[in-house]
Amino acid sequence: MYTNDSKQLSQEITPKAVFEGRRDLIKSAAAGAFGLALAPWFSREALANNSQKLLATPNPNFILKEESTSYKYVTGYNNFYEFGTDKSDPAAYAESLQTRPWTVTIEGLVKKPMTLDIDALLKLAPMEERIYRMRCVEGWSMVIPWDGYSLSKLLNQVQPLGSAKYVEFISLADRKQMPGLKSQVIDWPYREGLRLDEAMNPLTLLTFGLYGETLPKQNGAPVRIVVPWKYGFKSAKSIVKIRLTEEMPKTSWSQFDAREYGFYSNVNPLVDHPRWSQATERRIGDPKGVFAPKMKTQMFNGYGDQVASMYSGMDLKKFY
Amino acid sequence: MLGDKISLMKLLIFLLALLPLDRLIFLGFTDGLGANPIEFITRSTGTWALVFLCLTLAMTPLRLLTSSTSWIRYRRMLGLFSFFYASLHFAIWLWLDQDFDLAEMLKDVLKRPFITMGFISFVLLIPLALSSTHWAQRKLGRRWAQLHRLIYLIACTVILHYWWHKAGKNDLDTVTIYAVVLLLLLCCRIPYIRKLLGKRSTI
Repeated sequence: MYTNDSKQLSQEITPKAVFEGRRDLIKSAAAGAFGLALAPWFSREALANNSQKLLATPNPNFILKEESTSYKYVTGYNNFYEFGTDKSDPAAYAESLQTRPWTVTIEGLVKKPMTLDIDALLKLAPMEERIYRMRCVEGWSMVIPWDGYSLSKLLNQVQPLGSAKYVEFISLADRKQMPGLKSQVIDWPYREGLRLDEAMNPLTLLTFGLYGETLPKQNGAPVRIVVPWKYGFKSAKSIVKIRLTEEMPKTSWSQFDAREYGFYSNVNPLVDHPRWSQATERRIGDPKGVFAPKMKTQMFNGYGDQVASMYSGMDLKKFY
Repeated sequence: MLGDKISLMKLLIFLLALLPLDRLIFLGFTDGLGANPIEFITRSTGTWALVFLCLTLAMTPLRLLTSSTSWIRYRRMLGLFSFFYASLHFAIWLWLDQDFDLAEMLKDVLKRPFITMGFISFVLLIPLALSSTHWAQRKLGRRWAQLHRLIYLIACTVILHYWWHKAGKNDLDTVTIYAVVLLLLLCCRIPYIRKLLGKRSTI
């Protein structure tokens, strides 16, 4: 099953040689027309890739009719402020991230706190491929085949105490590896959080790869979470610590401006971000290019069946 | 002789000023606009409108510094290019983002301060572009200069537009640079500083 899929997958991706050939062609055309000095300005590709194959079994419950966003865009258009604020910065600068050795510490209100090596984490549960929609708070979206397993499998190992109500995720913050830390855009390290029931929801994916390969560094290697019914910034990247708490954790963006970024940040077309409407979204890589119409954003990003019950009785306009 | 030189320079500036548009067209035809092409062309045209606004406002300080009036001959074209890129910026937003839905557009203008500022800037630029001809200049006489002082206000609304847009993600490095440049250019209009700049050149 898996090998079939991966073969099909690799056929869809533009082979590297063709890709680079095309790039050269663009460059030489640009040089001819406008002079060498301007050539870089006329071609804007940057790609770093040192990912390895990751064996994962497709989960039939998470296959989408929508076409997956191309690997090029999934790995070239990222918000990962630790490497710069421009969407192309992570692909250009994440090379300096050291993903091995890597450990994740799980602590706080748990019976069995532990520090796990990335290799141990990779083997903790069977790796699944799940195709999720990803909706950014900025109004764009992608469809991404992630590889990982439910976070609940890890949390069950550490055995949360009865008093634990929330889970906090803390990302790596190392100035030597992350040039973006020089700017004070965010109070580093990046911190995110979920309510314990949200973290235990089977949809919440502890993620190690995408497109059948280990996570590219710009996508939050070596381990991140993916919470598909919430805006993208809720899905913390390059996690080094998971802490279970009784109090609602202070999350980075909501600390920056609680009015704009709530703790819950569930995808909700009815609750606008102060700076833009959330009613519609732009799907990255739409073949119609600039003329592609925007699509309607779905409540809970289309995952209402699996998650809406967690919020029954809650005023989602108040708890945005 | 001087006239020839200025005509040649004007032609050169005209061609150079079209390069940002050439680039967008080229990238559009070579699949080079990246993952979010609309965001890319919106931001690019907006940035270039701002760059040309800065260049337009730089002509008077340059005239004072060099005591050469030829700078002023380029000012109108630079200003019109600022309007040109601002129009593209506005059209892309109205067409590709709002889908020509005027009611939605007005709602956005009223609801979101950064769009309010962008909209005001664009609307204020229109009378300046329309009255940029020699004919209008003659007709309006002294009022022409008064009218065109609007550009100082536009410089402020434009920066607010950009600043409030970027404040959402606390990504203020680039907009700070533009704000400082515009602030310096506006300071050159303060009579005392204006006099200093003028004096320097005669020494």
